[in-house]
Amino acid sequence: MIDTVELAAKSPDDEQPWAELGLKSDEYDRIKSILGRRPTTAELAMYSVMWSEHCSYKSSKVHLRQFGDLPHSDALLVGIGENAGVVDVGDGYAVTFKVESHNHPSYVEPYQGAATGVGGIVRDILTMGARPIAVMDSLRFGRADAPDTARVLPGVVAGVGGYGNCLGLPNIGGELLFDDCYAGNPLVNALCVGVMRHEDVRLAKAEGLGNKVILFGARTGGDGIGGVSVLASETFDEHGPAKRPSVQVGDPFTEKLLIEACLEIFAADLVTGIQDLGGAGLSCATSELASAGTGGMHVDLDTVPLRDSTLTPAEILMSESQERMCAIVEPAKVDAFLAVCRKWDVLATVIGEVTDGDRLTVDWHGERIVDVPPRTVAHEGPVYERPMTRPADLDALQADDAARLPRPSTGAELQAHWLAVVSSPDGADKTWVTEQYDRYVRGNTVLAQPEDAGVVRIDEQSHRGIALALDGNARYARLDPYAGAQLNLAEAYRNVAVSGAKPLAVTNCLNFGSPEEPEVMWQFAEAVRGLADGCRELGLPVTGGNVSLYNQTGDVPINPTPVIGVLGVHEDVRRRIPGGWRADGETVLLLGETRAEFGGSAWASVVHGHLGGKPPVVDLAAERRLGELLAGLPGLVSSAHDLADGGLAQTLAESALRYGVGARLHLDGDLFTALFSESAARAVVTTGDSDAVRTAAAAAGVPVTELGTTGGDTLTVDGLLELGITELRAAWSATLPALFGAPEIAVGSVPAGTVPTS
Amino acid sequence: MRIGVLTFPGSLDDVDAARAVRLAGGEPVALWHADHDLKDVDAVILPGGFSYGDYLRAGAIAARAPLMQDVVARANDGMPVLGICNGFQVLCEAGLLPGALTRNSHLHFRNRDQVLTVERSDTAWTGDYATGQRIVIPVKNGEGRYVAADADLDRLEGEGRVVFRYTDGNPNGSSRDIAGVTSENGRVVGLMPHPEHAVEDLTGPSTDGLGFFTSVLKAAVAA
Repeated sequence: MIDTVELAAKSPDDEQPWAELGLKSDEYDRIKSILGRRPTTAELAMYSVMWSEHCSYKSSKVHLRQFGDLPHSDALLVGIGENAGVVDVGDGYAVTFKVESHNHPSYVEPYQGAATGVGGIVRDILTMGARPIAVMDSLRFGRADAPDTARVLPGVVAGVGGYGNCLGLPNIGGELLFDDCYAGNPLVNALCVGVMRHEDVRLAKAEGLGNKVILFGARTGGDGIGGVSVLASETFDEHGPAKRPSVQVGDPFTEKLLIEACLEIFAADLVTGIQDLGGAGLSCATSELASAGTGGMHVDLDTVPLRDSTLTPAEILMSESQERMCAIVEPAKVDAFLAVCRKWDVLATVIGEVTDGDRLTVDWHGERIVDVPPRTVAHEGPVYERPMTRPADLDALQADDAARLPRPSTGAELQAHWLAVVSSPDGADKTWVTEQYDRYVRGNTVLAQPEDAGVVRIDEQSHRGIALALDGNARYARLDPYAGAQLNLAEAYRNVAVSGAKPLAVTNCLNFGSPEEPEVMWQFAEAVRGLADGCRELGLPVTGGNVSLYNQTGDVPINPTPVIGVLGVHEDVRRRIPGGWRADGETVLLLGETRAEFGGSAWASVVHGHLGGKPPVVDLAAERRLGELLAGLPGLVSSAHDLADGGLAQTLAESALRYGVGARLHLDGDLFTALFSESAARAVVTTGDSDAVRTAAAAAGVPVTELGTTGGDTLTVDGLLELGITELRAAWSATLPALFGAPEIAVGSVPAGTVPTS
Repeated sequence: MRIGVLTFPGSLDDVDAARAVRLAGGEPVALWHADHDLKDVDAVILPGGFSYGDYLRAGAIAARAPLMQDVVARANDGMPVLGICNGFQVLCEAGLLPGALTRNSHLHFRNRDQVLTVERSDTAWTGDYATGQRIVIPVKNGEGRYVAADADLDRLEGEGRVVFRYTDGNPNGSSRDIAGVTSENGRVVGLMPHPEHAVEDLTGPSTDGLGFFTSVLKAAVAA
């Protein structure tokens, strides 16, 4: 028995499972008042997924408006609200980039959760009209030695790699960090960046009466039903049911064909509007296209190609089967559109058309099962001003100053702490992960992990390129979410700047706990305010972003984790600055000012298991001065590496380990502070012409400290310690293989999820 | 000199192979798997990627593509053919090269800069190298472990058909460190590592890969 619009009007008192679908009672009442009757089963399904936290941003919207209120930027071609923002990078090129979370699915099914996270963000970029050119990933797991981390991490890494590698997108960088707070709720944030010409930008809207609605790509199956409402907008608990059916299954080969087909369709100008099917599937694509357009839309659901003929209409509307897109095509162009799809073996079906009026209607077996105003589904969902409270423990946490922790004093102690930080899971060599990612495909990768920023060439003639960095220190954000968000922004900005690029625009993925907890909501609001204020001060637009809430286990939220992405432009990628030391006899200079700042530091965390005090001071004016100085240094410096987690100790080790070139250093003042402080707005550069760098730094107002000279096979601090590069490398590179298996030894014991199922 | 680069559904490194041909001074010509049209090319490259998603077996479906019939026929007449990574898998599946590529012994996809020793400098694709020369080019695969029966391996070694050997570490567990092999006439070469990713200082670990593409320009002339 199909629940039709006609039936719904006649049976107003039928019980409906709105609570099971994740709706609140007042939300259900609002749907009834919009429709003037109870919703049909299919309508209820659509509203439930589209009004989920994941799709509607109902708790975050009131705060995110601050990003839209930032001053106008000439670089911004398309702003917040579309699938991804678009930025002018010069010479007629436009770049679109965005980072999105797939946290909850990755915990339930690590390989497929992570894989489809990559697939989803790639389709967002494709939808804008761009060719996707690279991906990045920002990952968080529970303690590195926790048993469940051994279950989740290998699967996530294999999933990110499996999908991106098969799409032919180089992975150019990211983050891998561990903390107990992610034990039951890992974070998998994936970024994609794409390039197009200015005139090729596409938008998601359905226009033109009589234009056809074409669904193309994979068939619709029963996977991922309710993914956004059941998974992404709820908290896991120990006793809940297994939620595996809510996770989608990816097929990167189909997505690769979809990419090539779409680009050919765009080039031939065959679509008037396009939208990918991600969270909330057809419900989202049809209602968003119709809502953004001028008319209505009618869909005949019987025409949707299915993998499983037993699916109900509500399930078809909610399914999150991957690798699907929806296009609006003029009738005269339908044949050409279908021909391109045939060439690429992509299934394409006309499922409806753009109609007069302002309703979205859906028929099934000849009966009307959906008749709604699309704006109420897609853009006019509930908006909440959630209550906010400053966390009760924050004063005590900030008062617990890391400066009071016992410090190393002798050379031997300093050396031990240095090795501990560098070989900690957060500080250690990430090759175990990045070897599983293709960084070479497409042949335009100029810099990739372990460099501070990924750099990709976008024009082989002019050598124009882009730089991207993703950063999200959650310890700082836990101690002070406003400052923490700004420090993450500053670090990503700095990472792009040390590559020699000019920072241009910002994206973000805001991972927080439950918005229904006032303390979490306060953290979220503070982080957004901090990021908006920071972007204003740096003169950068926010091009879009993603919010992931309900990241908690039981009633314990994760540390607030605002992951910030900064995009920069290289007018000539041949002038990029790499991060490692390569030549002997160069002068090592520290740019910026070091203060005694240990709150939230890697040292306090690794050596003392401590999180307390205040994070480093934010000085965005100093960041900007440093960035502008670095932009003028290509040609003068042969390497540049920023200082962040682990301070100078980490940066010196990474610079030396990159090519196995050591240095003799003399550090003035308090050695502990010099090595382990995490003061922001600093970078280490090496140069053959230190006078010229000093002159430029003086003009820019950036303090310079000479640290020593590169060369030899040790990192030597005069009169105190001598770390052999070999010893350092052994410690640094052993950590992840020891935890997750040295691949050569692992033959015969396959960690769950590492073998692609496809 | 026209060098064809064959694109299958799921080919990924076709743009890279075309670039390498161009940088070497050749003219890259795009070939489409479904056409019976080799467009008068003098040699063919089967690029890396995941043709047909590696479904069934890596390279198995692509080896049966319409244009592969033409490639096999021309290869048997001496046209130079290079298979890189997935292209190598396709050549083995198509019977142009012996052996098979199976899942890496450690079961991970692995991407690293790899040292290779050139064992043969008299094939169509290696004339610009010296026998015994060491080169560094990227390797990246999940199913790159070269296997064959021991007797076949002995025969291949005896016939001098091992063109490249992994050196300073075997990235995937390949038998006898074999990274690449050639046909009896030395015109068809397949290898797992990616010379097309080592043709520019800016983007590669070296420019050691360029020699493949300069070599074939001379070999195709000589043919």
